[in-house]
Amino acid sequence: MIHSIFFINNSGDIFLEKHYKRVIPKSICDYFFEEVTKNSSPENVPPIIQTPNHILISIYRAQMHFVAVCKSEVPPLFVIEFLHRLADIIKDYFDEVSETSIKDNVVIVYELLDEVLDNGFPLATESNILKELIRPPNLLRSLADTMTGRNSTVSATLPTGQLSNIPWRRSGVKYANNEAYFDIVEELDAIVDKFGGAVCAEVHGSIDCLIKLSGVPDLTLSFVNSRLIEDASLHPCVRHRRFEVERLLSFVPPDGGFRLMAYRASCHGNLPVPLDLRHTISFKQASGNSGHLELTVIPRPPSGRQLEDLVLTVPMPRAVSGASLVASAGKYSYDTASRTLVWTVGRLDSQKGAGSPTLCGTLVMQTGAPVPDCRPSILVSFSITGWTISGLKVNRLDLHGEKYKPFKGVKYVTKAGKLEFRT
Amino acid sequence: SSASKMSNGGFQPYNSPMDQLGLPPPDHASSTGSQDGDRGTRSSAADPAGSAFFSGDFKKHDDLRAMLESSKDSQKLEAMRRIIAMVAKGKDCSDLFPSVVKNVVSKNSEVKKLVYVYLTRYAEEQQDLALLSIATFQRALKDPNQLIRASALRVLTSIRVPVILPIQTLALQDAVSDMSAYVRKTAALAIPKIYSLDPETKPQLMGVIEKLLADKTTLVVGVAIQAFEEICPNRIDLIHKNYRKLCELLADVQDWGQVVIINMLTRYVRTQFLDPAQQNQKQERQNPLDPDHELLLRTVRPLFQSQNAAVVMAVAQLYYHCAPPGYMNIVIRHLVRLLRASPEVQSCVLTSLSALSASSPHLLSGHLKCFYIHSTDSSSVKLVKLDILTNLATDSNFPVLLRELQAYVSSPDSELASAAVRAIGRCASQLPDTTDTCLNNLVSLLAKKDESVVAEAIVVIKKLLQVQTSDHSHMIVDLARLVDGIAIPRARASILWLIGEYCDRIPKIAPDVLRKFAKSFLEEEDQVKLQIVNLAAKLCVCNPKQARLLAQYVLNLAKYDQNYDIRDRSRFLRPLVLPDPSVAEPTLLAGKRVKKILLAPKPAPEVQSRFAEKSPFQLGSLSHLLNLRLPGYQALPDWPAEQPDSSVRAVAAPAPAPSSMAAYSRGGVDRISGSSDESEDEDEDEEDDEEDEEEDEDEEEEEEEDDDEEEDSSEEENT
Repeated sequence: MIHSIFFINNSGDIFLEKHYKRVIPKSICDYFFEEVTKNSSPENVPPIIQTPNHILISIYRAQMHFVAVCKSEVPPLFVIEFLHRLADIIKDYFDEVSETSIKDNVVIVYELLDEVLDNGFPLATESNILKELIRPPNLLRSLADTMTGRNSTVSATLPTGQLSNIPWRRSGVKYANNEAYFDIVEELDAIVDKFGGAVCAEVHGSIDCLIKLSGVPDLTLSFVNSRLIEDASLHPCVRHRRFEVERLLSFVPPDGGFRLMAYRASCHGNLPVPLDLRHTISFKQASGNSGHLELTVIPRPPSGRQLEDLVLTVPMPRAVSGASLVASAGKYSYDTASRTLVWTVGRLDSQKGAGSPTLCGTLVMQTGAPVPDCRPSILVSFSITGWTISGLKVNRLDLHGEKYKPFKGVKYVTKAGKLEFRT
Repeated sequence: SSASKMSNGGFQPYNSPMDQLGLPPPDHASSTGSQDGDRGTRSSAADPAGSAFFSGDFKKHDDLRAMLESSKDSQKLEAMRRIIAMVAKGKDCSDLFPSVVKNVVSKNSEVKKLVYVYLTRYAEEQQDLALLSIATFQRALKDPNQLIRASALRVLTSIRVPVILPIQTLALQDAVSDMSAYVRKTAALAIPKIYSLDPETKPQLMGVIEKLLADKTTLVVGVAIQAFEEICPNRIDLIHKNYRKLCELLADVQDWGQVVIINMLTRYVRTQFLDPAQQNQKQERQNPLDPDHELLLRTVRPLFQSQNAAVVMAVAQLYYHCAPPGYMNIVIRHLVRLLRASPEVQSCVLTSLSALSASSPHLLSGHLKCFYIHSTDSSSVKLVKLDILTNLATDSNFPVLLRELQAYVSSPDSELASAAVRAIGRCASQLPDTTDTCLNNLVSLLAKKDESVVAEAIVVIKKLLQVQTSDHSHMIVDLARLVDGIAIPRARASILWLIGEYCDRIPKIAPDVLRKFAKSFLEEEDQVKLQIVNLAAKLCVCNPKQARLLAQYVLNLAKYDQNYDIRDRSRFLRPLVLPDPSVAEPTLLAGKRVKKILLAPKPAPEVQSRFAEKSPFQLGSLSHLLNLRLPGYQALPDWPAEQPDSSVRAVAAPAPAPSSMAAYSRGGVDRISGSSDESEDEDEDEEDDEEDEEEDEDEEEEEEEDDDEEEDSSEEENT
């Protein structure tokens, strides 16, 4: 299915390659570079590129392109999802996906690449299994290895998970402190038109877990208002039938961090966008070469909560060469290369009467350029902790199959997803 | 050279295992000789350049060789790590092959693993030397450790050296009946490797596949089907006996295997059952589905909730191609859900949805808002979304949609803005009732400052006016006035064409426009020049009094133009519109006939979605996405007209679920999973739980406190 994989960074270096069948020369990537130069930004490179004899399927993640070369029919999502899984594995091993983390651990990455695919077909992609086959780097362990003279990251025996009925879980897990953390993160996707009405709005949530429990724990997570969950996707460990019938999550978790569930929250009626925005942006002023900008944020957080990490981003047209503004709260910056105005407001404390922060001033227009008549969108990001916009709440978590009492924690966060205000 | 000496030195002890293989001894002398020759030419080629770099490189490899020869594992490991790092970067390390291959016997598992990795990469280039490692693998194939057996089989079959084909096939046949499912899985993966090495092995491999298809472990079935798909995708008959088992195991197979199995079963269903939509027509009410057909749809359904987008897409296309029409809502809902996934997944899913929106827009009409464009979408996603939105346009949703499209027209992304203008045009031609609204809208866009938007609007207006029967002369007048201010050639050409085509409706303005353009003819772009020539010819026929001299002037200019198309056009039109009275027979091409030729009613161009014609390809396949039949694509068969024999799927005894699965079945159909199993096994626990009930309540409060603590900590982080 997948013939070869290339890792390419933003400056166009192929810094890693792995071939699963006959070697395909690097020059195949020239077709890819052609597309890169054709497109203004790396995000715009089409994920599927057709060349005379091959198909290049790529993803862009963490400033890198992961390119898979295929020769024949293959489900495109299969390859894309695989490449993402690969990036996830790398992230799981080295805490981050980046060119440096890959280059620093190139041998382990290469061993992983050898293990995840055989002849181009996925072999082992569960990170719990992989970690038993190829041990991730670890300072403590490398110290121990030097002391004992052992020096190998490769296991000599088959991970028991491979053959068990719960292949996602490592065997023989032991912790001194048993802990289970659940992060419920909801993201608000919305477009607000210039009159302040929501053109469309959706809430998508996910439950990410960090489970450090000994043995083979069997967990049951139930919700206060499970009817809010629509269109869920579940980790393979979740018992599907019980979710369908009882709307609760019953599962033997993998060891470590993983995404338990992602869902769309049903929201009848209007969603409360937790802030309002007043804006005037004009690129023309009577006095000549300057435009005018005024932004006012009116926070509407739920009672007792605060808007945090509030950032407003305005991609400006090319003709705006600079900005001289005054921010009543936070800081602003104007990046002349990408022509982007970023206003970092930070945290808005509603109790202390921070009021409505404003950003106001003039936009410097390029001399000679025609006055643009497009309307830029304002991208907003924020987070509110301790609150879910849909109102979803965990009822209880029960543990079966093990005798100890774990430490349990749930955290709720609401964030802006793709939230934009049209002007 | 020293390098060749070393490699020869390395050979000696390994000649004996070679003989054990019973292989024809490779011609060592000649092969190493040629290799030395290669190396010689390479180094001599480097020498004249006087490059210190090459010799330095050789030296570096020399110390790697020394490390590989060393007796310490740590040295060997370090050397192998450095070599693999070079291989990963794509540097050529084939000259180290002789030194590396010796370490295939290493006791250190990582050294061994790295040597394996190196071997599979270079064995094809160094076939004779690669043979030296074979005996080691043959021994490892008998090892009591299943991981060692499996990896030996993996590497052995990955060595693309035709000479060892008999050994590979033999090893494969043994591995298929191995005790360990993991080894059997490796065997299944090895089948396509052997096939690609020599397609003649197909009959033998078929036997192996048949054996593996009967395997009942979830680990094996996915890869077995993959091998089936690559070797003999048309032998549907091999699936019959395994069909029900596949359905039942599906939920527990690894996600990658699920995709392959579902795609294969889609073809199976299309050959073995009757079309559920067709049955509706023949008889009054719908026939019940074949129980086996229903079984598949039922067992597959939970997989809609997979976290792997490829699985969701596979299930969606199965339902799309094989389920009764009533199920399409579920399909769409889950495909729309995938739009939240990574941008690449989004882009692929949108292409599929775009095809659906063209063939059956009613299915998607409820999800219109999901396709609204965010300014952060990638440019290809924006265009596909726009295509879908236009496909979904109806008279009832048009006002909302138009407002949305207008917002895109003022987007800073000029590509999107132009595409939005085109989309308005497409709405107008799809929905005749809205044409006037659209035209007015487009005309109002002409006041915009963004040239590309104005140009696009003009081109679209041109197309729309062609379709319109009613008189829009005022609009053409407006356009004629605008032409001076527009620099984009495509737009100028469109206006000129319009004026020429409808010159009888604007008799006063048309000659004036021609006058202006005759003046600027030399400075115009080719496509504008062509339209000036056309305009001149048409005017000359309709209004010879005012235009004849102008036309003559323009045609003369065009006659000596640099572009041959323009010269040709001038030569072609001149005798028609300005007949030479001395030569031509005036009766043949009298004025009226010429007018009929030049101003014949022209069919309006059709603006269509890319997927206007129903794609013959399987939804979600790469061929479907590229609209091109790729090698290896298995066409979706048509439904059979008669019900094929359904008894072929009957299995003597109902396949018992493998014991290992009973304890943990997620999507099992008939076996009730989870709770009931536990209630038997874990009675004690349940009692404990009841006792714990109260404590749990307390714990909840604790949990709440935990919450607050966590919040506090995160707040601290933020500040």
